[in-house]
Amino acid sequence: MTEAWLDPAAWLILLPLSWASLTFLAGPGRGGRLAIAALAVQCALALGLALEVAATGARVHAVGGWGAPLGIDLLADGLSAVMLLLTQAVALPIAVYAQAYFTDAHHRQEATWFWPLAGFLIAAMNALFLSADLFNLYVTLELLGLAAVGLVALGGGAAQIAAAMRYLLVSLVASGAYLLGVALIYGSYGTVAIATLGPLIGQGPPLAIWLAAGLMAAGLAAKSALFPFHFWLPPAHGGAPAPVSALLSALVVKASFYLVLRLWLGPFAPLAQTAAALAGALGAAAILWGSWQALRTRHIKRLVAWSTVAQLGYLFLVFPLLAADGAALQAGVMQAVAHGLAKAAMFAAAGVLMLATGRDTLEGLAGVAGRVPLTLFAFGLAGVTIMGLPPSGGFLAKWLLIDAALVSGQWGWVVVIIAGGLLAAGYVFRVLRQAFLVVPGDTGFQPVPRRLEWMAFVLATASVLLGLRGVELMALLNGPGDGQPIS
Amino acid sequence: MSTGLLYALAGVLLFVLGAAGVVVLAHLLRKILAFNVMGSGAFLVLVGLAQREGVVDPVPQAMVLTGIVVAVAATALALGLARALHARTGRTGLSEGARLD
Repeated sequence: MTEAWLDPAAWLILLPLSWASLTFLAGPGRGGRLAIAALAVQCALALGLALEVAATGARVHAVGGWGAPLGIDLLADGLSAVMLLLTQAVALPIAVYAQAYFTDAHHRQEATWFWPLAGFLIAAMNALFLSADLFNLYVTLELLGLAAVGLVALGGGAAQIAAAMRYLLVSLVASGAYLLGVALIYGSYGTVAIATLGPLIGQGPPLAIWLAAGLMAAGLAAKSALFPFHFWLPPAHGGAPAPVSALLSALVVKASFYLVLRLWLGPFAPLAQTAAALAGALGAAAILWGSWQALRTRHIKRLVAWSTVAQLGYLFLVFPLLAADGAALQAGVMQAVAHGLAKAAMFAAAGVLMLATGRDTLEGLAGVAGRVPLTLFAFGLAGVTIMGLPPSGGFLAKWLLIDAALVSGQWGWVVVIIAGGLLAAGYVFRVLRQAFLVVPGDTGFQPVPRRLEWMAFVLATASVLLGLRGVELMALLNGPGDGQPIS
Repeated sequence: MSTGLLYALAGVLLFVLGAAGVVVLAHLLRKILAFNVMGSGAFLVLVGLAQREGVVDPVPQAMVLTGIVVAVAATALALGLARALHARTGRTGLSEGARLD
């Protein structure tokens, strides 16, 4: 056990809060280097925390020496450690990408408040993954939502403001429902600590708790853009600047999924089985509908955003399989991590393609392959993960899901998983086919900073190589921490 | 029926009214006001339900204070966005036809 003031869990929240505030003070568009340096430190902290959790199991940090119930506890277990690692691992390359992206003359306007908002976003996410009580989770959820809405509105165009407004309203109603659920739980049991609630609810929940669970699940599903609450996601993620889309699609929607998973496995486990089939059915609908829309859209970033809707569906397929097979949890977390890396790579690549062609439509991509081959390669590699081909992390996730479905005899899900993979191949190849078209004459493509291309490539490679290192990640989930909070 | 339960039921009623308002109303200002009604409903449930035999529980009061801060921040952001949207498009709602001013 390290000294309390050196605890990585506390610094993972304090550090982004500090650099967010400092970059705000530094003024519009400044502070990129500070953010990148701090994010590198955060990566090391998250890694250190993960190693510690893997070695000694879940650990609690009492903030300021004031433990629960008077103060706030930070809890780090295997699941938190994995999500923290994912967050820092995506945020660092995206920050390097963003610095190059926003120095471009066309995007300098959008950079105004990117760094403080991104810092608050990451701080809120880290705090969310470390929170151990339902009310703290509400506050972090709201901070996350507000920072994300600010980022969506960065572009400043009417369409982006409207998308941000729609996102804000969905987010506010969703967290309102969550808060009402928390109120009902506190009213029934007089506590909001997740670890204490588990045994209490296990003794036979009253009607108010059923209502609370329903409200919280619905609110979190809306925040994770689960079908049919996905309507806000394509305009918000498709319209934002590329680095913002990458952060939102790769990380922010995963935060509310993490919370669903945490509650499902923890306090609401006695109630969960009744909703399992519904969660799975909505997930399946999301896979099919999202992929279908990705096949139809004319805009490249909309395509990637619809792909997010589809890939989030896989996360919710986990729930009907959880009861039958513990591997379903690993599949879900693996899918969250693999999709996070791959989707960040895809949005980064899409940003490069739009910079190079000066257009946002698929038709505009014709012939771009000759100019930005590395980016196309990155897009293809990320596509390998999204489609679920070996050896990618996406393959591992989908393989585990199919395995869990077969073991429990739920054949229907297998069909959906495979169909989703085929549809994903369809929309990934739409982009690649268009990019490799041979166009005679001068196409007027703009040169693109090499750093943008490399960052997309790094993220895409990570998503593929993840398949080879998946065992370590899963050991972390199953290790002494066991994914269950200790009290 | 205890006073606490009465507060809680009134809170649920406010919450439902507010949530419906956010969804149904077209004008952004009305949506924002409806969100505040909704939030107040949740706060009322939080404070009301937690009363045990008329004794006030300080924990939910601290929670509601935090919640109010969050709601103020959210309202400020929503108002800012609504003004920005109005300045750019002259619209006061999200749908194309919403011109209620």
